[in-house]
Amino acid sequence: MKTEQPLEGKILTPTFLICGLIFLISLIFMGKRFIYGLGAVTNMNDGYPWGLWIAFDVVIGTALGCGGYAMALLVYVFNKGEYHSLVRPALMTSLFGYTLAGVAVVLDVGRYWQLYNIFLPWHMNASSVLLEVALCVGAYVAVLWIEFSPTFLTKFGADNAKAFMNKIMFVFIALGILLPTMHQSSLGTVMVITGSKLSPLWWTRLLPVLFLISCIFLGYAIVVVESSLTGSRFPIHDESKLLGKISGIMAWLIAIYLVIRFADLGMRGHLDLAFKGDLLGNMFLLENLLLIVPMAVLFVPANRKNQRAMFLCAVSIVLAAAVYRFNTYIIGFDPGNGWHYFPSTGEIFISLGIVSLEIMAFLYFIKRLPIYRRS
Amino acid sequence: MKIKRRDFLKGLAGSAVLAMAPPAIAASSEKNRLPDALGILYDATLCVGCQACMVACKKANNMPMEFSGSQRQWDNPVDLSSKTLNIIKEYENGTAKVKDREIDGYAFIKRQCMHCVDPACVSACPATAMTKDPKTGIVSYNKDACIGCRYCAVACPFDIPKFEWDNPFPKIVKCQLCNHLVAKGQIAACASGCPTGASIFGPVKDLLIEAERRQTMIPGKYYEFPVAEVSSTKKEVHKVKQYIPYIYGKNDGGGTQTFMMAAVPFNKLGLPTLPDRSYAAMAENIQHTLYKGMILPIVVFGGLIFLVKRSEKNKKE
Repeated sequence: MKTEQPLEGKILTPTFLICGLIFLISLIFMGKRFIYGLGAVTNMNDGYPWGLWIAFDVVIGTALGCGGYAMALLVYVFNKGEYHSLVRPALMTSLFGYTLAGVAVVLDVGRYWQLYNIFLPWHMNASSVLLEVALCVGAYVAVLWIEFSPTFLTKFGADNAKAFMNKIMFVFIALGILLPTMHQSSLGTVMVITGSKLSPLWWTRLLPVLFLISCIFLGYAIVVVESSLTGSRFPIHDESKLLGKISGIMAWLIAIYLVIRFADLGMRGHLDLAFKGDLLGNMFLLENLLLIVPMAVLFVPANRKNQRAMFLCAVSIVLAAAVYRFNTYIIGFDPGNGWHYFPSTGEIFISLGIVSLEIMAFLYFIKRLPIYRRS
Repeated sequence: MKIKRRDFLKGLAGSAVLAMAPPAIAASSEKNRLPDALGILYDATLCVGCQACMVACKKANNMPMEFSGSQRQWDNPVDLSSKTLNIIKEYENGTAKVKDREIDGYAFIKRQCMHCVDPACVSACPATAMTKDPKTGIVSYNKDACIGCRYCAVACPFDIPKFEWDNPFPKIVKCQLCNHLVAKGQIAACASGCPTGASIFGPVKDLLIEAERRQTMIPGKYYEFPVAEVSSTKKEVHKVKQYIPYIYGKNDGGGTQTFMMAAVPFNKLGLPTLPDRSYAAMAENIQHTLYKGMILPIVVFGGLIFLVKRSEKNKKE
């Protein structure tokens, strides 16, 4: 069996440098945010107290980081060892997605110097959904670094430490499945309390169920996208057979999700809102068409052998899950009284800067650490 | 081996259902009114829009002036903000000729913290910076606990908590029913500053009795209304308008300690239409069903450890 190896190659490629430049620009805006306050950089306001950073960097960012969780479910809960070669790259994306979501939170909270309060038992509010999310995400970032540690230890040849880590790893693998189940569903529950401020197209008590299922098929979609992209540029082992199987699982999960989504909307009597032709209705249709089309394509077995079809379907699914979260946190949210929100240049640059940092770290890691199996 | 695992999964699902069922039935997260709760009754038909309550509020709470437009002479905020805890807003329709009429009329409405019976901000805050006083029910804010996440503002159905966007060391700002004055035996400044009796302060149970008394009044006749405090001996005589037969806040969103009465429908005055059950209770029901005593997560964790160990063993074989 082939083992994972660094893919080697130059670090300072044009892609890397462009990302570096964007990140440097975002540093200027970050500085401004800390010197003059959130209002100086962002368009957030008292009607829309959460903007791009929470919706994109945290809610979508951590969901995009669900590749590791989705693969762990398959390998460990459903005992499908054959997918093991896809776990490590998936875990790495999760590592970056979650770590940088943590960075985004520090930028976003107003009183960041008191952020540690949520870890002090006498400050914790057990009723707060956000507390549960914060603690679980915090713990999961730590778990991800621990899960990833054997990769570093291999690099530095620390065999004893690696053997020890591998011995106790089962605890962290189990935590690595439990924690995302808890906080990815809770990221949906977070918006239940907004009640009448959120459009009935998105507000439902089933928000946690929908967020959980969608983060799992999103996780698989990310694995397909990432594996296809890396495969097109680097000489890695051909995983297309496994990707085909994963694509089949995705189609079924999407089917389950869509049945719940539409049955719930119908039972609450708001299906008509989807076809009103306004922004909200159209966003709802877009969000679901981006799922229905790839689901239909992937249910055809021949398409699950077609690399290009699988890649495009996975991209559509990633977009759908992202649009769903955007709709739930920003577009479908209306505080009334004429408030509106569109992200500022500074907000967008900081989000881009964080994504750039993620791409840079990804490229560095796959070239210098044993992540992928080479062909 | 396979069958065994399947059985285990079934067992896991079964115990999960068992663990969820009792709290789902027992956990009624709804809160009841506190017997000694304090609040405000605002009667839009008595309000003349003089904004004396706004001046009194700014003085009592040391709040800065807020300007809109180019003038810098007088305080004239357009909405609640981190500088304005209490505001009188105006509803206008058509020719706006007659006060307290929906069509071609106008009306005033006071906006401030409603001091909910089951406040969303208190439920939402991860760091317990928002608290509801166990006696008075006043919802207040502690900046030393707050992390500035603004989930309180996202959660509040009335958009009350406001954030200092232009301060590098920001706080959340909200009406705390002048609890610093209440502690000294005084009443909220907006009520003591109101000359007509449109805003009156007092125990919630007395305010509700007063509100219900007004609901039974005959339109066009003259009645006495207490000024500043519900128990006040100082009364003003007013000709009664046709009230909407509804006391806003009695049950809305699980009930509030600030009540509104008006002759124009409340949704026209900018107040949200809410179910009688608070959204906070719905969210807490989901949360407590899944996480009460952390029993369910611990059971699942145990199951996961078992499954991970098993699949690692299979890999070695």
